[in-house]
Amino acid sequence: MIMKKLGFKLTFVVCVTALTTISIFAYFNVRSDSRNLLAEVERHANQLSEAVKSATEYDMLLNQRDRIHQSIKRMGNQSSIQRIRVMNKAGEVIYSSDPAEMGKMVDKNAESCYKCHSAGQPLERLEMKERTRIFRSHPGASRTLGIINPIYNAPSCWLAACHVHSRSQVVLGVLDVTMPLAEVDKDIRHGQLEIVIFAFSAVLVLSLIIGFFVKRWVDVPVRELLGATRHVADGDLSYLIKGEGEDELGMLAKAFNNMTRKLSEARLQLFQSDKMASLGRLAAGVAHEINNPLTGVLTYSSYLLKRAGDRPEMQKDLEVIVRETIRSREIVKSLLDFARQSVPNKSEADINHVIDLAASVVENQFSLNKVKLAKDFGTDIPRITVDANQMQQVFVNLFVNAADAIGPKGGTITVSSSLLKLSPVGMTQIKKALCPKRHNLVDEEVRIDGKPSVRIRVRSDGNEGFLYLDPMYGIDRNRGDMGFDVKSGAKFVCPECSTSLIAPKKACPECGSPVYTFEVPFKGMVEGCTRKGCKWRRWDEVDASGVRDFVELKVRDTGCGMSKDEMSKIFEPFYSTKGQKGTGLGLAVIWGIIDNHNGTIGVESEVGAGTTFIVRIPVKP
Amino acid sequence: MTDKRDILVVDDEPVIAQGVSKVCSAEGMSVDVAESGAAGLKMLSEGRYTIVICDIMMPQMDGFQFLAEVARRKLRTLVVMATGYSTVENAVRSLSCGAVDFIPKPFTADELLSVLRRDLKFSRLQEPVVPSTPGGIPGFPSHIPPPPEYHRLGYAGWALVEAAGTVLLGVSDLFLKTIGEIRKIDLLPPGGETAQGNGCAAITAADGLVHSLMCPVSGRIIEANLKAASGPAIVEKDPYFAGWLYRVLPSDLERDLRRLGARGPGPV
Repeated sequence: MIMKKLGFKLTFVVCVTALTTISIFAYFNVRSDSRNLLAEVERHANQLSEAVKSATEYDMLLNQRDRIHQSIKRMGNQSSIQRIRVMNKAGEVIYSSDPAEMGKMVDKNAESCYKCHSAGQPLERLEMKERTRIFRSHPGASRTLGIINPIYNAPSCWLAACHVHSRSQVVLGVLDVTMPLAEVDKDIRHGQLEIVIFAFSAVLVLSLIIGFFVKRWVDVPVRELLGATRHVADGDLSYLIKGEGEDELGMLAKAFNNMTRKLSEARLQLFQSDKMASLGRLAAGVAHEINNPLTGVLTYSSYLLKRAGDRPEMQKDLEVIVRETIRSREIVKSLLDFARQSVPNKSEADINHVIDLAASVVENQFSLNKVKLAKDFGTDIPRITVDANQMQQVFVNLFVNAADAIGPKGGTITVSSSLLKLSPVGMTQIKKALCPKRHNLVDEEVRIDGKPSVRIRVRSDGNEGFLYLDPMYGIDRNRGDMGFDVKSGAKFVCPECSTSLIAPKKACPECGSPVYTFEVPFKGMVEGCTRKGCKWRRWDEVDASGVRDFVELKVRDTGCGMSKDEMSKIFEPFYSTKGQKGTGLGLAVIWGIIDNHNGTIGVESEVGAGTTFIVRIPVKP
Repeated sequence: MTDKRDILVVDDEPVIAQGVSKVCSAEGMSVDVAESGAAGLKMLSEGRYTIVICDIMMPQMDGFQFLAEVARRKLRTLVVMATGYSTVENAVRSLSCGAVDFIPKPFTADELLSVLRRDLKFSRLQEPVVPSTPGGIPGFPSHIPPPPEYHRLGYAGWALVEAAGTVLLGVSDLFLKTIGEIRKIDLLPPGGETAQGNGCAAITAADGLVHSLMCPVSGRIIEANLKAASGPAIVEKDPYFAGWLYRVLPSDLERDLRRLGARGPGPV
């Protein structure tokens, strides 16, 4: 099993490579070391041999045999010298540091003679390199280095008084010095051992280091990825790989996290549409199942009611039954209506033209009611991607509302369009917010200026409450009346899983308080100061996007206007100032349409002076 | 059984069939009941009925299959579809498949009667116009059909697409003839949404029955004809022009018109 692991394979390959390289290196290193050492010994032996020769030369000329004996014997006793001997041409040992050898004949095939006498005719000149030889005196013995130094005939030899040597002789004899190599060999072996130990420890250390880093950089992230894929396979799309690195595996982990994020997003949407479809099916099923019995009740009760004309008491009771059954019928019908929702169909359109169309729809009615509709369109308005039908619906609605606000005494509605550049701060809405475990933080119930807020649970000194953050980035209208003081060490957690939302090791750059953070899917992280009153917030993705182009569309009327209190409620569903006349869905629907276009809708109003609705749609969606 | 009877109720729920039967009998109509589409067809083959009230959701043979079978056999009976799953699609589909009317369940006795009364009248109006004197000139047609560019939903409502993209809605002369003299027309307020196939106007006839007009096109009502609401006479006199009822900003005109199909005068 371990053999198949990537980490093991990598380490193994690296070690084999290292071992091979170090072995080759060691081999050549040892070889050259031994050679150098031997060469040094040879040089040393040669010098020694020359020294012996010159030391005895004078005695030789004088034929002082005793003195020569003494000198050779003394020199031969040195520990670094094994034996010194002098042989004459016939091969007889004349002098030797080993007295037992004196006078013995040496075979021409002996190791000391072989070099010159191997060819038929003995060599007279011997190169420096060829003078040395390494041999073992007997198998199993340590190596010995021998050096032959030929003693050449010189004028002083044949002119000497003894007349031993004639002038015609070239070589008179040889000086043979042998030295033990046991010490040198020991040094060489020692060097080899050291190299081998070094090689093995290098490979060991290398494999440990490689193994460690492979484990850290490859094994751990791969195992993490593997675990994450298992989590995802088991359906846990909220699982995130922690500590994404900057290397390839880190990028893979990032891509993986992004993938799961998108998958969970898609699943959420699928879930949502599935929910709507199920609701539709349920509504249909309920409609059918309930409508049949209701039909029985309604036909019979209304039939009885028709026949009870002469009994007023019974008639009253039957009227209640009929009325309530009809009410049930309406409830079932609204369920069916709810299940059927329209989908926006966007394309590029000239918004001025769309508003013109909307105006033409209401102008006739307005002229009857003494309402003047003035248009002030900008000429530089680019085409924007909108659902023209829905946008027309928005403006017809706004015009009708404006006309209602003006009332019977008449007035003016001014619709204008202009192009403006806006910083995203204060214009961008947090539509989705997730805790680290991917729970939704957006609260549809508590709305700030009509927009769902971001809900965070706050715990401080045993007290607990909710903080509702303004979803408009850069605007601070947070609602957080928890009835207790939020201390600086308070915990800000996800309301569902209680995971902390405090960013570790971060502090507000303005007041140094801890910083809360949450994710907006596909749009990065939002950060903000936890201290009440501190307005510091950061959203890198939006801050980086810079100034954007918006088309601003205003509908201003000279109607009755409305109070601040009313203004805060108008975008909420089922809020109506028109009593039985309206459904209270008009502005909520408009808000939904504008929101679908990533735009904003706001209102400015003054009681008695009029109201202005301001719609802003981004030029690039 | 050779006499022509008024109503055949085809519904798998006995309670509903009996309830309908009771209401109709009390009004002096002759009623029979069938508990399945097959039984209904069998009864149709044995005797003549002016109107069949047929449930859409029935086991084995559903209302649409029943309707197709009636058309295949070229039976001269009028079919009124009724269903508890009263979606717009079902309503519009019923009419485009040849049903004369659609009544969403649950209904009150009066709602049922208003439909039956006007469809019985419709049946009489559809009888071939017989010359008053033998060999004489045939009488005037009983009603004025809508102009050719008008889209129709059943025989009751019409829709006219205007140049501005808005749609004018109104009621046909034939429908007015079937309900008799109008006492009052109740319209929805402008600004509201209406969906194709939903009731969009309540027309009260002189006999006190309230007739619901099925809306031919979905959309937002931007204008209601106040003259029509205040004085129904204009509708009776000129139903295709001055007597229009609503101006609507359609939400999906193409789809709605595709579903409507029929245009201008012609057989219902």
